[in-house]
Amino acid sequence: MIQSIADALSYTFMQNALIAGLLVSVACGIIGALVVVNRIVFISGGIAHAAYGGIGLGYLFKYNLLPTLMAGSAAALSDRPGYFPIAGAILFSLLSALAMGWVQRRTRQRTDTVIGVMWAIGMALGIVFVDLTQGYKVDLMSYLFGSILAVKRGELVVILILDLIIVGAVMLFYKELLALSFDETFATVQNVPVDAIYLLLLCMIALTVVMLMRVVGLILVIAMLTMPAAIAGRFVRDLKRMMALAVGLGLVFTTLGLWVSYAWNLTSGAAIILVSGSGYLLSLALKPWLSRI
Amino acid sequence: MNRTSSDAVITIEHLWAGYDRDTVLEDVSLTVHEHDFMGLIGPNGGGKTTLVKVLLGLLSPTRGRVRVMGVPPKKGRRYIGYVPQVVAFDRDFPVRVWDVVRMGRLGRRRLLQPYNAEDDAEVAEALSQVEMLRFKDRSIGALSGGQRQRVYIARALAAQPEILLLDEPTASVDPQVTTSIYELLQSLNAHMTIVMISHDVGAISSYVKTVGCLNRHLFYHEDDQLSPEMLELAYQCPIDLIAHGVPHRVLPEHGEHGSG
Repeated sequence: MIQSIADALSYTFMQNALIAGLLVSVACGIIGALVVVNRIVFISGGIAHAAYGGIGLGYLFKYNLLPTLMAGSAAALSDRPGYFPIAGAILFSLLSALAMGWVQRRTRQRTDTVIGVMWAIGMALGIVFVDLTQGYKVDLMSYLFGSILAVKRGELVVILILDLIIVGAVMLFYKELLALSFDETFATVQNVPVDAIYLLLLCMIALTVVMLMRVVGLILVIAMLTMPAAIAGRFVRDLKRMMALAVGLGLVFTTLGLWVSYAWNLTSGAAIILVSGSGYLLSLALKPWLSRI
Repeated sequence: MNRTSSDAVITIEHLWAGYDRDTVLEDVSLTVHEHDFMGLIGPNGGGKTTLVKVLLGLLSPTRGRVRVMGVPPKKGRRYIGYVPQVVAFDRDFPVRVWDVVRMGRLGRRRLLQPYNAEDDAEVAEALSQVEMLRFKDRSIGALSGGQRQRVYIARALAAQPEILLLDEPTASVDPQVTTSIYELLQSLNAHMTIVMISHDVGAISSYVKTVGCLNRHLFYHEDDQLSPEMLELAYQCPIDLIAHGVPHRVLPEHGEHGSG
């Protein structure tokens, strides 16, 4: 077994996948904790699916902001299979997050209806954009179930930057985020700009979702955001510790999931989720013993 | 009672408020004086929560004028320590008592400005005032209803308010805990004004200084006497209420009514 792990680690794509798992776990744990305590799992799903519109747009224009930013070092990136239009996805998911937040805050419409509508429209736009794209057609499956084994070094840098943005923003606005999550009315009375903080939270969810889309895929984004955080929430009584524990659990799940997918030749995204799901069920079973300690 | 208008902490003049086309409060006028302990009672749907929202600047009046410490509610709410109802509470929320009470300091700290030693001192002071300091590291979900209510009062006190505004503070606690919360409020009343919303006619009236009935309109007489007429106007079913046992101090015998 040690030999097979050593073999696995000798592949660059495996190293990249492990680093991607680590980086994603950080954002997942922190944002996942906020998603779980705010009960906005559904809106996260909506943002994720609306972001697919951005991916379609990225293909349609065969234009990626990343190569221009990185001075042409990856100029030909968009012609290769496995190309991920991350700029389009980030832009679209941020816009959809802001739109959902705005609609939710400004109108008296039922929130879940609004999210459901945008969820469907975003996804449909993505598919139509891909239909309109000439030449190479994207494999939808790779976005539904992720392709962590195809993550490239340049993308790791982007994920790292997104991580830093998320960790920095949560640290800077932690007291407001905690107050908003715990008791929004009281936070409002204390003159906390709750609308702005809520939109900031949705934007951070959008960034996390874009990362997760690459790693575990659109369909499984919700599970990956919620499961480590939900497990952590059962064992701690402090939001910061919940975030830290969720990061740790995410790390264990992605690493273990990758190994499982390597050892049995399974789809990596699905393997990661099944490992997380087993962890979740285990935590339900272990809770009576662990809380007695 | 030589009260002047200068010691008024809350003034409401001909307030109309509601949601969309649905008017909940009609022509409500009220003055709350410094160091008053006012109880506002009324049936469910009578507009108690709407009045709280207006006072906190969460709902704009459709008509009328509201002043908190002489300024509109959105500015004046920083003088109000707000204690919400404890119903619909997520027991699993991972937060400690200390961090909850520290939220009362948010109004003093701007964005990007961390809590400091002064905040810690105020939080500790507020927690000892409600005798909850030894629970500071407990999870909020692990507390009983009465303890949680005390924590919410401490959170309001941490803001160093002029006015304490409580929405149904005893809605989900046992009778003996209710008594201890009212006694706590009575001692706090020595140095701050208290406005308390409740549907609990009996208990509220043994502790408050003035009492009003709210049911679309406000029936209010600036003393602690609830007249049967006020109750009848507010509830439109006075017999039922009396049958549930209202202390005689509040509801005078018909013969002694008016002698106060």
